[in-house]
Amino acid sequence: MRGLFLALAALVAALFVVSLLTGPAGLPATDSLRALALGGDGPLPIVMREIRLPRAILGLAVGAGLGLTGAALQGYLRNPLAEPGLIGISGMAALGAVIAIQTGLSMVAALALPLAALVGAAAGVALLVALAGPRGGSVTLILAGVAISALAGAGTALVLNLSPNPYAASEIVFWLMGSLADRSMLHVGLAVPPMALGAALVLSTRRALDALTLGEAAAQALGISGPSLRWRLVAGTALIVGPATAVAGAIGFVGLVVPHVLRPWVGARPSALLPASALGGAALLLASDIAVRLIVPDRDLKLGVLTAIVGAPLFLHLIWKTRSGGRV
Amino acid sequence: MRGCVRRSRAILAAALIAAACPAASGTRGAAPQRVVSMNLCSDQLAMMLAAPGQLVSVSSLARDPRLSPMADRAAAYKPNTGRAEEIYLMRPDLVIAGTYTPPATVEMLRRLGVRVEVLPPAEDFDAIRTEITRMGALLGQPEAARDLQARFDADLAAARRRTDQGRAAIYEANGFTSGPDTLAGSILGAAGYANIAADYGITATTALPMELLVMADPDRLITGARWPGQSNGEAILDHPALAAVQPEPQVTGRDWICGTPFVTRAIRSLE
Repeated sequence: MRGLFLALAALVAALFVVSLLTGPAGLPATDSLRALALGGDGPLPIVMREIRLPRAILGLAVGAGLGLTGAALQGYLRNPLAEPGLIGISGMAALGAVIAIQTGLSMVAALALPLAALVGAAAGVALLVALAGPRGGSVTLILAGVAISALAGAGTALVLNLSPNPYAASEIVFWLMGSLADRSMLHVGLAVPPMALGAALVLSTRRALDALTLGEAAAQALGISGPSLRWRLVAGTALIVGPATAVAGAIGFVGLVVPHVLRPWVGARPSALLPASALGGAALLLASDIAVRLIVPDRDLKLGVLTAIVGAPLFLHLIWKTRSGGRV
Repeated sequence: MRGCVRRSRAILAAALIAAACPAASGTRGAAPQRVVSMNLCSDQLAMMLAAPGQLVSVSSLARDPRLSPMADRAAAYKPNTGRAEEIYLMRPDLVIAGTYTPPATVEMLRRLGVRVEVLPPAEDFDAIRTEITRMGALLGQPEAARDLQARFDADLAAARRRTDQGRAAIYEANGFTSGPDTLAGSILGAAGYANIAADYGITATTALPMELLVMADPDRLITGARWPGQSNGEAILDHPALAAVQPEPQVTGRDWICGTPFVTRAIRSLE
């Protein structure tokens, strides 16, 4: 178990450095890192500090957040299909962000953007927990998720199509698929603090989620309070997914793939799966973000395209197993 | 004479038509009498060249002062939003569309028996001259076209700067830049700037990663105009890395959009 965490942390650190060194300008590695650390004159420190560093930080934070919330939602709903992207929480966050941008709220106060996305995500996750709480089956969860996703996607497209801005309509793809291209330190400042708070809240549910694996009655007997657990999960998920989506768009499947791959390694205990999934999510998103820059360097290939190519087959596999009644 | 026949069925006085048709018949059959333009750029050339009463409608974009240098004049014409139905109901005998007009609309109008001419966008100064001549021929106003062309040539010669002004970059929403083979690139070149897009082998309009722009370290930065409402595509122009290259970039405007004689104003704006 300890080895797994060390290996994941080393992988994340390595990918973080590779992400810093990947870019269309093809800069020499040692010069780049020196410019990043020491600054100096000329364009190189600007590229490293203002363009590549925020991208790498957001890749790490957003990936970790999505992996963590995926694992936590799966633990709480006791359903391996729960994932912020698939069940519409990211979509609702995107809708909130788009409304904040198009109404001009985000111009009035920069914080309005992550805040509105947070409200959207909270509405999405609250609706979902209400519709398909711990007792709801997979079908209920997926149906609720499809409905919320469709509604949020339609709302986002509607708001962007109504915009007087000629570029707004083409942005639907960004909000549906996500991208980290050309994010700045301003975005890091807006997103990372609330995400850190959300991560603390979600991680505080580890023991309760462990107890919940024994069943609701057993968890209650162990002194786990249902409403408190639900409240912390809803708030934590919204605090992570909202700001992450506000700056990076809706990126799906990270929270589905990572816990699924790591579950056998941690003995299916949520208390270990949560931090492991955060590291795994960071690694997956950093790797995807490096890949989009290597596959088509001159286009802005959306991150969600890659994560969906990896994640969708796994999703089908999980549905198949659920259908045939096997344990997943 | 087809235009005259159709016109004679209309409500307008027959005497007017009898006066107008022979006057123009020396050029290219008969000059069209009810012209509709459905493209921002052809709108402007048509307004400059058409005889009074000849141009019936221009696109609604031509009225937008952010897009059109002739917004005031466009207000005198009926606006159209480029849909086949409304244009057909104006009973035009010539419709001028652009390359990017939806093909379905053009096909529909042609099926309905309307003559539609498609004008490609002018990406350099020679193309603007050709476009003026072509518009003059379409409207049966070759003399007006010759005059306009002569004025454009004189303006252009006066605005052009031969001395080297340094290196410049054009950067617009979504990280797009314009190479030397585009209208914006031609304007930049005429103002005496070397275009950094050429350093990366970019000739047309395409996305340029921001870090390549920063590494090129241009002397002058020209960014795209802002639109009401907000978009992520434009948010890239607020990126701190761009501010580090140039704190106060120049902004393009309506004189940069279309290949019309107004480009000489854009060239002068770079002085």
